[in-house]
Amino acid sequence: MQSPNHPSTGRYPAGGLAFPHRDLTGIGQLARHEILYLLDEAEQWVALNRQSQKKTDLLSGLTIINAFFENSTRTLLSFEIAGKRLGADVVNMHAATSSVKKGETLIDTAMTLNAMRADAIVIRHASSGAVRLIAEKVDCPVLNAGDGQHEHPTQALLDALTMRHAMGLPAGSDLNGLKVTICGDILHSRVARSNILSLTALGADVRVCAPPALMPAEIEAMGVTAFFDFDAALKGANVVMMLRLQQERMSGQFIPSPREYRHLYGLTPERLERAEPDAFIMHPGPMNRGIEIDSTVADHPTRSLITRQVEMGVAIRMACLEVLTRRARRVPGWNSEGASDDAGAAA
Amino acid sequence: MIARPLTITGGRLVLAEGAPVPGALRCEGGRIAALGDIAPQPGDEIFDAKGAVVAPGLVDLGVFAIDKPAFHFGGITRAGLMPDQSPPLDHPARVRFAAQSGKPDLWVHPLAAATRGLEGTELAELALMRDAGARAVSTGRGWIADSGVMLRLLRYCAMLGLVVVCHAEDAGITGNAVATAGDVATRLGLPSAPAEAEALAVARDIALAELAGAQIHFRQVTTARALDLVRGAKARGLKVTAGVTPAHFMLSDLELVGFRTFCRLSPPLRQEADRKAVIAAIADGTIDVISSGHDPRGPEDKRLPFADAEPGMAGAETLLPLTLTLVRDGVIDMARAFALLAANPARLLGVAAGVLEPGREADVAILDPARPWIVNSAKMAAAAGNTPFDRRPVEGRVLALFKGGKQIS
Repeated sequence: MQSPNHPSTGRYPAGGLAFPHRDLTGIGQLARHEILYLLDEAEQWVALNRQSQKKTDLLSGLTIINAFFENSTRTLLSFEIAGKRLGADVVNMHAATSSVKKGETLIDTAMTLNAMRADAIVIRHASSGAVRLIAEKVDCPVLNAGDGQHEHPTQALLDALTMRHAMGLPAGSDLNGLKVTICGDILHSRVARSNILSLTALGADVRVCAPPALMPAEIEAMGVTAFFDFDAALKGANVVMMLRLQQERMSGQFIPSPREYRHLYGLTPERLERAEPDAFIMHPGPMNRGIEIDSTVADHPTRSLITRQVEMGVAIRMACLEVLTRRARRVPGWNSEGASDDAGAAA
Repeated sequence: MIARPLTITGGRLVLAEGAPVPGALRCEGGRIAALGDIAPQPGDEIFDAKGAVVAPGLVDLGVFAIDKPAFHFGGITRAGLMPDQSPPLDHPARVRFAAQSGKPDLWVHPLAAATRGLEGTELAELALMRDAGARAVSTGRGWIADSGVMLRLLRYCAMLGLVVVCHAEDAGITGNAVATAGDVATRLGLPSAPAEAEALAVARDIALAELAGAQIHFRQVTTARALDLVRGAKARGLKVTAGVTPAHFMLSDLELVGFRTFCRLSPPLRQEADRKAVIAAIADGTIDVISSGHDPRGPEDKRLPFADAEPGMAGAETLLPLTLTLVRDGVIDMARAFALLAANPARLLGVAAGVLEPGREADVAILDPARPWIVNSAKMAAAAGNTPFDRRPVEGRVLALFKGGKQIS
């Protein structure tokens, strides 16, 4: 049976088989067609969000808990807006990292949220693998809003959707042949990891650029080319994605000083010349203006996609919440059979 | 009450060399009196081994907890207790208490904390602790970063005749790492450090031990480069020995996929090439000791995100069967397995055990090296079931255990 939301293109397996996962813990769990499925599902929400009447009642009666164990403004807001536009009741739980970091408390919190019968839980946590740990303990879909230095899947999805729109590609398209340069603190970046996984799955040519202290070991095993030299990494790039560098990492531990970082890795208008003439600029935010990216670049009227990324973020998160709650909403074709509990199965 | 003499008949005796030989073993006054082609004497208690292997009880050098049920399950009759207790074994009274804590059916040999509070700065009262029963000195879980402190420690221990048991990881490089740098740690986003952190520490400590004329034992050497350094030091005639736990010859960092905290160990699991190098080093004699590193940890320490979990595994029960996999694979023979598990650690601790020969303490394990069983984390004898070998089929099980000529299980 076809779901009302299922594009009847024949591009994807029927019903729940199009996305047979209970949780979204990472891009690493997804096949190429599952990534594309979420991107295509998001297109309708992009359209809706551009109307003045932005609200649906698809998820009315459902409770979504945003459990953020790490500070966040934009991601939390984006998930909250996404849930509300779908008609769900959205509750935000702000747990200070210090008080809920240790011991059983994390599991206990998960059990508590579970007992409150949430229909989906969105989690951000400072430790890699924490979201998966919680997913093993709860009965509802879990969405990873960033776990440590591991994954931030919705960011990678919104970035892919942003690129697809910027390139003028229709629904169903992948990013085959697109040259994407990701520059910054690759070592500590979950955004980089998720983007590498999704962009390589979609056929893009991914280069990563960082100083040695911020480059993870054997990153080439993820199918990317690694550069220390930003100019070389930019050559021929269609998209330049800059990552935020934490202030505390610029004071001698990893980088001698902010201005030295800018000297080698700041995206200035001059440096941008090395990329393709019409190359797009992206940044997951929040930006350190004048350090990793110059304002003239960040605010470029046609080439900067930074605000477009934020816009796509809401649509992607709506798509993820809507798709993952289909089983709970008994959408035809999305019964629980075929839904694999990824966390449980792999544990 | 003095126990009756005991004769174990019908067994196959594991001797210092060669395959197990059929024979009997007679114990008197807690020690081995005779063995080989002998008959029980009138009045002896008789234990019929029914063709099973008769081997020395295991001497487990470097455990973090005294866990008698697990040790007895695993055939361990003596355990070298790491100083990383709460509070640390840095005071003679604590050492004396620990040395008595397992008797009579388990002998605990405390390793004295090298420095006060294991902080790596001030030497602890090593001579007093030696005379209170410490059989060696240890830096504990950590590395002594200050080379000056380490040199003074090694000189002092050389004078006292105590082996220094070291943890070899350059702490400046490892920092807060929980995994070995490589593609697995990169994919999982885990803080990681290059495997060379171990070789750096081993290189420095060998140089300092040579300077001091001290005897040094690296509790775990897990990388090809560090093993090469140990191999070279031995070739030069230095008093250097090395140990390892089964995790580092059985598993590689691929086990971390899925953030399995039972695989969070210190040092962390290495890449596959290093795992193979450990096996080669066991085969060629570079590695002298296989120990369990027994460190039972409950859910409060392990049911956490990977990087927040405590390191360590409950290894006492699986020490023997996992070492026997090396025998089955033809890496070593049975005699060498028990040199690694009993004779060599006993020699390092300076205790008259670990070998089946007259005059030694009658610590004897009766075992079936081929009996299959399945490791089950939920049903361990240990205080906690944190084993990375959960659900793994293994072979080799202790059927009976004797400590000082008395049957204890």
